[in-house]
Amino acid sequence: MNPIAERQMTDDILRPVLETSSKFYLIVALLGTFVAAGIGTWFYQVYNGLGVTGDNWPVFWGFHETNFVFWIGISHAGTLISAILRMVDAGWRRPVTRCAEAITAFALMIGAMFPLIHLSRPWLAWWLIPYPSERQIWPNYRSPLAWDFFAINTYLTGSLLFLLLPMIPDFALVRDRTTGFRSRVYRALALGWTGTPKQWARLESAMHIMAIAIIPVAVSVHTIVSFDFSMAIVPMWHSTIFGPYFVAGAIFSGIAALIIAMAILRKVLRLENYLHPIHFQNLGKLLLTMSLLWGYFVFNERLTTWYGNQPHEMGVFWATQAGRYAPLFWTMVFCNFILPLPILSIRKLRTITGCVVASCGVVIGMWLERFLIIVPGLGHKPITFSWGTYTPQWVEIVIMAGSIAAMGLLYVLFSKVVPIISIWELKAGERELEHMRAHAETQTAAAEATAGELV
Amino acid sequence: MPHRWGMAADLDRCTGCEACVAACHAENNIPTVGADQSARGRAMHWIRIERYWEGEFPEVDLKFRPVLCQHCDNAPCEPVCPTYASSHNEEGLNAQVYNRCIGTRYCANACEYNVRFFNWNSPVWEKPLHLQLNPDVSVREVGVMEKCTFCIQRINAGKISAEADKRELKDGDIKPACVQSCTANALVFGDLNDPESAVSRLARSTRGYKLLEDLGTLPKITYLQRETWHESNS
Repeated sequence: MNPIAERQMTDDILRPVLETSSKFYLIVALLGTFVAAGIGTWFYQVYNGLGVTGDNWPVFWGFHETNFVFWIGISHAGTLISAILRMVDAGWRRPVTRCAEAITAFALMIGAMFPLIHLSRPWLAWWLIPYPSERQIWPNYRSPLAWDFFAINTYLTGSLLFLLLPMIPDFALVRDRTTGFRSRVYRALALGWTGTPKQWARLESAMHIMAIAIIPVAVSVHTIVSFDFSMAIVPMWHSTIFGPYFVAGAIFSGIAALIIAMAILRKVLRLENYLHPIHFQNLGKLLLTMSLLWGYFVFNERLTTWYGNQPHEMGVFWATQAGRYAPLFWTMVFCNFILPLPILSIRKLRTITGCVVASCGVVIGMWLERFLIIVPGLGHKPITFSWGTYTPQWVEIVIMAGSIAAMGLLYVLFSKVVPIISIWELKAGERELEHMRAHAETQTAAAEATAGELV
Repeated sequence: MPHRWGMAADLDRCTGCEACVAACHAENNIPTVGADQSARGRAMHWIRIERYWEGEFPEVDLKFRPVLCQHCDNAPCEPVCPTYASSHNEEGLNAQVYNRCIGTRYCANACEYNVRFFNWNSPVWEKPLHLQLNPDVSVREVGVMEKCTFCIQRINAGKISAEADKRELKDGDIKPACVQSCTANALVFGDLNDPESAVSRLARSTRGYKLLEDLGTLPKITYLQRETWHESNS
């Protein structure tokens, strides 16, 4: 790679970090308003009690818990995808990984807020921390909610490390290109990076360790989230399929979120030269695989329930299949399966626009899936006298909108502070390609020479 | 041997009068939430009378079933609570420690009988109803879960007065509010560890069954099946 092209690449990717347009402030203000509204609404809910939500007897969980599972699901975009792609050394991953890892970190932060938001007495949430107390009361380790607490904290720590490690060389790059206060901030963030071979070797091995460690953590975290439901004997919750079903769904919605985020970044930050259609196509293929896997899981879950014909479960089954929740259920099937399948399997349709359309469908569909897992089961427990339904109130809707805005806000601020494409990895990729090309050329030359000799 | 409190509900005797519901509200300081909140599923009745119609008019059959916390030996509500607010006490009751409740509402989701009730809003007692609050029972605040306690305050009072009189606790000494108020004597309360107690004898009845027995929750309330009869075939 010639130095001019390399310089051009660095300039292009660093431009959003170093130059700020008025649009940036506008977007931040807009998203910030929504986030503030969400936080304010949460305070309103804490002050007034959960009576302001739509939760009721017998549907004690609703939108807040749906959002919790949804965001934790979205968080599987990143770390898992980029860890797997790193491990199999897929070259096309290079411009994608940081977008993905950032989604993980932010979606997880937002998702982890919902267990707090849904508590009626959130100021006591610290009772989940196993601190030594003179009363010798510990958290109840038999409770899936306690498992959640540890699983999510582990995953958050791991994914933050996974995000931060490969940012060090890029921080050093920004440090060298800025002056004054900003330079000092990046100097601190770069942790004394000078780019010696020893530092590179350490970074590489640290990344390898994290990539391997984060995969089981990511799988276990969403399995444990699924345990919140499958451990209870609520009809259609108590299912052995939930672990893998949730993990598959999480990766599915995560890839979709990643495609949407990448498309927006590509447009807004003018990264057309780095995020190519091939990246969207490859992610589209992954999304297609997950869509098929998701369809397989849903088919399995529904068929075994229907065939088993247990009266307790059939109440929930028919409510989702043909009753009150049927419009949501069939919208979900459309969004997650019928819509993405042709778009992603026909090559002509698998364009950037096509992938984004399919991804939007998947994100909506996966949100509906989480809702349809939680609510109908609670509304149709075995005693028919206690059947009930759920209607969300404005409090839950505003908080949900705030959480979506928070994702946008964190992402916008992140792309302002950190190069959203890993510059050093991109360069390393280019160099690798050049090296391979040169290697191939010398080999052809050598082969020709040998052939000449033989002749 | 420790006590193991249980109940029997004779469905043949229950008239569905709901005196038990009113008595329970008065005894246990259970707030009433008003029509609007009730319609939104916020009503709290530690004991309720479920009414089921069976058959087609005019051959209709009306069935009542009082449902309260089943005080399961293998209670689904207990392991799911992350803070031990929902826990088993040594006399087999499913106790709820209000102060320890952080309001995850997981216990209520896990309970298949739907007999746990959440304080969605701050409880209010319109004057002069606040004067009739039972001083033996704590008033719960907004954001905590509550449920039937088998009138634990009456259990404790019964034990204390037996001890003061230097005598053993007799069967029938302790009556929860619902049992005391039941005009048809459909509800019987007592110690299941005493094989001769009225409730133990009823628990062994051939008419006895447990609610949602197949779930394996081991409830301590025995329902005595209704003998079906119609005026037409009598």
